[in-house]
Amino acid sequence: MKIRTLTQGLVAAAALGALAVTAASGIARAEPKKGGTLVMSILGTPRHLNPAVQSGIATGEPGTQLFAAPLRYDDGWNPQPYLAKSWSVSDDGLAVTLNLVEGATFHDGRPITSEDVAFSIKTVQENHPFKSMFAPVEKVETPDALTAVIILSQPHPALLLAMSSQLLAIIPKHIYGDGQDPKTHPRNSENVVGSGPFKLVEFKRDQHIILERFENFFIKDRPYLDKIVMRIIKDGAARTIALESGEVMLSGFEQSARDLKRLSKSDHLDVSREGYAAIGSIVWLAFNTKEGKTADKAVRQAISYAVDRNFILKALMLGTAESAKTGIHPGSPFYDDSVNGYDLDLDKANKILDDAGYARGSDGMRFGLTVDFGWATVKPFAEYMKPQLKKIGIDVTVRASADFPTWAKRISNHEFDMTMDNVFNWGDPVIGVHRTYDSENIKKGVIWSNTQQYSNDRVDELMKLAGSTYDQEKRKKYYAEFQQILSDELPVYWLFAGPYHTVANKKLGNPPNTIWGTSAPLDRVYLK
Amino acid sequence: MGFWATIAKRVGYGLLLLVAVLVLNFTLISIAPGDIADTIAGDMGGADASVIEEIRTRYGLDQPFYVQLWRYMSRVAQLDLGHSYFFNTAVTTLIFEKLFATLLLVFSAQILAVILGTVLGVLAAKKPNGAVSLTVTFLSLFGFAAPVFWTGILLIILFVSIFPIFPVAGMFDVTVEGGFFVQLIDLLHHLTLPMITLASIFLALYSRLARASMLEVLGTDYVRTARAKGVPERTVLYKHALRNALGPVVTVAGLQFSAVISGAVVVESVFSWPGLGTLALQSILARDTPTIMGILFFSSFVVIVFNILTDIALRLLDPRIKSG
Repeated sequence: MKIRTLTQGLVAAAALGALAVTAASGIARAEPKKGGTLVMSILGTPRHLNPAVQSGIATGEPGTQLFAAPLRYDDGWNPQPYLAKSWSVSDDGLAVTLNLVEGATFHDGRPITSEDVAFSIKTVQENHPFKSMFAPVEKVETPDALTAVIILSQPHPALLLAMSSQLLAIIPKHIYGDGQDPKTHPRNSENVVGSGPFKLVEFKRDQHIILERFENFFIKDRPYLDKIVMRIIKDGAARTIALESGEVMLSGFEQSARDLKRLSKSDHLDVSREGYAAIGSIVWLAFNTKEGKTADKAVRQAISYAVDRNFILKALMLGTAESAKTGIHPGSPFYDDSVNGYDLDLDKANKILDDAGYARGSDGMRFGLTVDFGWATVKPFAEYMKPQLKKIGIDVTVRASADFPTWAKRISNHEFDMTMDNVFNWGDPVIGVHRTYDSENIKKGVIWSNTQQYSNDRVDELMKLAGSTYDQEKRKKYYAEFQQILSDELPVYWLFAGPYHTVANKKLGNPPNTIWGTSAPLDRVYLK
Repeated sequence: MGFWATIAKRVGYGLLLLVAVLVLNFTLISIAPGDIADTIAGDMGGADASVIEEIRTRYGLDQPFYVQLWRYMSRVAQLDLGHSYFFNTAVTTLIFEKLFATLLLVFSAQILAVILGTVLGVLAAKKPNGAVSLTVTFLSLFGFAAPVFWTGILLIILFVSIFPIFPVAGMFDVTVEGGFFVQLIDLLHHLTLPMITLASIFLALYSRLARASMLEVLGTDYVRTARAKGVPERTVLYKHALRNALGPVVTVAGLQFSAVISGAVVVESVFSWPGLGTLALQSILARDTPTIMGILFFSSFVVIVFNILTDIALRLLDPRIKSG
């Protein structure tokens, strides 16, 4: 389980310039064998199977098999042709042209045309929870059946990632364009007609999703597998045993340190942390920057010096997770490793608090704070805060919530001092990173908005600049400054990248390893 | 009061009770912090403020409580349990999809617990201080004291991991293909562990009860008479005593039925058994009001109907029970 150093670098800028990217990603090692049934497990029942109107990995894992996107990504953040065989950006950056592959059809045999692409973008724009993905899209022109031109109101570098994996499912206009609300469309869960490598056979809530090879998939000879059975197993221990016994051969998004340790001992399983950088899960300690003691930057800095990230990584995560010093995933090309990581320094933490005038009382305590958590996986970190922050004279009360909505209500209404949280990048920083720090996104009642109520004009400006240029070097520069400011002001103290792992049986060829993890088409996977 | 008048009164009370159950639970869910918009956003990795706003408007969550309650109650009055917010499906469809799995688990566990419990109880009663009796007491108390999810996980580790005899989770193996009998065997194969787990809690109850009741009956005059008469011990035990000793067991088994159903919620979660318990838990965590209310409506309806039927049956069987 070695961390893969991502071949970052020439991403969007170079890729956009290149008119036709033809290089097939991945070097064929052994000749893939065709046929067979893959039994894999997924962690929960999706609400439905249409990623165009439903985000989240529960829908993403089956959804990316059923629906193709214009682009796909390899393991080094390089866009690859998928349903679009090539793409280009106009000189002013306001028009992105997609050239679709010829002869591609939906599962019902109807051709996939630029009309469907335009319809899909419109549907996602109107219904998907991440409005930032296609916000600058003014319209999509369809000069001919295989050409779609996306017209933008401003340059939009996040567009490429937003056109990959589960973020832009190409859905058939002749089915979803019947006037019914796409969010509650009956064809989202049954009789699904998709554009991806696999067709839906059966979707049974809490049991399984069965997918079957689509014979006329637009990539010749793919997919390799005849059938995929996605078993819905919520219990981690049960999944672990099923993987060990070989009953299940693949499971993505596994993150229980103890289960992973146990699975990595099995000789017929590969446990890998490759991929998932675009999902970009980061676990952090968020502060209320407007009310209470945590509104003081000194307090936030002192706490960050007092929390031992190394202890958390080694003792609590058993070495399964990677440190994250900023709000951008360490696997992203924009991650800035040079920021202050607030390595453990109790003397400094105490000094900061002394200097800021927080004297210790007779009981040795300076003041009290609460720390919230909303679900079991982050509970140990919240509990760790209590003894650890006692060392710098902060009396921490760990506040549990009965379930997710209870926690979400407290946090989204800003009724907290500190909370453990886990937020996803979702590809480009524009989509999943900005929302946490954008002062315009302080919205009461909305979870995972800027619930820290953090505001800084320069940070707002940097996000606007980085979000409206295709120049990768400039974007890196903006995001570097952005990370430096945030790391000084600490609306959040970032702990580590969510340790998503793919557990694959060694009988599996080409296990998924792209930046989207298992929420990406499994057309290259085969059984040895 | 005549027979029919009494029954009509029972039905009337039942309906009132049903309304009370619905109003009370609707209130409880509304008091619980957070709402469906939070869980939908949570499920999707966050959502734009406009999306959250739209969800709240769409499901009427922006309305005052009494409006929401009135809307729901008037829909139920038309026998419409509504649409699940979370699963985008009619609540009745969701419930009927899961009903068979739960009933199968509950009935099989209950039958196993009653039969095995009685057998063990009778064996123990034969020699109240013998080794068999002590073992039965120990095992049944162990089963009763151990948390049911722990028993389940223990059985999984033992019979799936160490001795791979049973499958880990689920109800069917979708890769198994074949006719009715192949499918049936596959179902029983999957059913075994959850059934044993659920039965283990109630085994203690029934075996203790059967033992006590058997001991009591064995001390009565007619048993002594039978023995004095020279009736073989087997016949005394199983023909004369057991029949009378079964009374309390059957009564308690009936009363415990709701407890078995609630135990099923936990067992279903451990074994990914696709039943109503899993659905109930999920919809409570998701604040999916229509689904929770639908399940509660359904279960209280069943309980009320069974109570009325028991009442009728008792009246027909024993004329001494007068109206009241």
